[in-house]
Amino acid sequence: MKLLRLAVLAVPVFMATAAVAQNQVATLRNTAPLDQEGEATQIPGIVNTDIRQVRNYPDQPPLIPHKTDNYQVDLNSNKCLTCHSRTAVEVSQAPMISVTHFMNREGQTLGAISPRRYFCTQCHVVQTNARPLVENEFVDIDRVIDYVNTQQSGAD
Amino acid sequence: MIGFLKRLWWIIRRPSAYFSLGFLTMGGFVMGIIFWGGFNTALEVTNTEAFCTSCHEMRDNVFEELKPTIHYSNRSGVRASCPDCHVPHQWSNKIARKMQASKEVWGKIFGTINTREKFLEHRLELAQHEWARLEANDSLECRNCHSDESMDITRQSKRAADAHERFLFTGEKTCINCHKGIAHQLPDMAAAEGEDHAGLLAPAHGAGLLESTRSYLGLSSD
Repeated sequence: MKLLRLAVLAVPVFMATAAVAQNQVATLRNTAPLDQEGEATQIPGIVNTDIRQVRNYPDQPPLIPHKTDNYQVDLNSNKCLTCHSRTAVEVSQAPMISVTHFMNREGQTLGAISPRRYFCTQCHVVQTNARPLVENEFVDIDRVIDYVNTQQSGAD
Repeated sequence: MIGFLKRLWWIIRRPSAYFSLGFLTMGGFVMGIIFWGGFNTALEVTNTEAFCTSCHEMRDNVFEELKPTIHYSNRSGVRASCPDCHVPHQWSNKIARKMQASKEVWGKIFGTINTREKFLEHRLELAQHEWARLEANDSLECRNCHSDESMDITRQSKRAADAHERFLFTGEKTCINCHKGIAHQLPDMAAAEGEDHAGLLAPAHGAGLLESTRSYLGLSSD
């Protein structure tokens, strides 16, 4: 009985050591031992192609396809709006900010951009060319619909 | 007083009785070099980053803001310091700017911007002076390094290439029109009323498309 209890206690210890040995735990530290400082990974570059990308899911804030280093967005000025504001798009030929950005939380449309939408990078982000840590298995809704349709037509 | 001036004038007019012509010409030449060299050295000293940031007004406000920007720290290691952008390189223009800068000495002595609050109060005015200066001289200080002739737009992003092709190469706009606030923080731009700070505002209602947009879109400009 005592032996069995010991064995039961030993199981998690074995599992833990096995996990460490196979290094299956995703970690930002990679393989650096805990008492040592790991080598810093290279800072990934920002995608600066100016080519717009599809949304990955409904209501995803569109990605920024260019660098935004040192863009000033504060009480004094909003660098993004110098191109993306309603009046600037003719000259800049940039996509205008969505009309939803003029609405307050009650759904009333304001004359100017709503303060809650003012800080662009709270939602919109640049993309980097970093290698994904885990593979993305996300399936777009269009493919889901296609799949359902083929299943149904196959059933008929 | 008049007597003293008369006596001085008499001494200057009087031919030299003791010193040889050679001594006087060579002496004049050597002293000329020393004085002119000294003047230029002093001028160059006032044209350094260390001199500009020796006052806390510059060091704690605008210099701190410059540090994270691309003109201070970048991949190629070329740095543009204060006088590269704020003082003309050509001698006569430089002297003119240095004479204007005596106003800044006044400001220093009387503490016009000696606190952060005072500086922020004046930021718009100070920025507008620089914008006006750069607009007037066609962004000369920018172009000392960034010439549009040596600008290879195929190596720029599409967005930058388009903008430079439409506005810079056509001479419609100059650098500062779009590139405000690249080295320092912008003042309250809403207060800069009528100051189309990116040069990006559409024309007045009913004026239709801008000339540049028309030509870019291949529309006739009537």
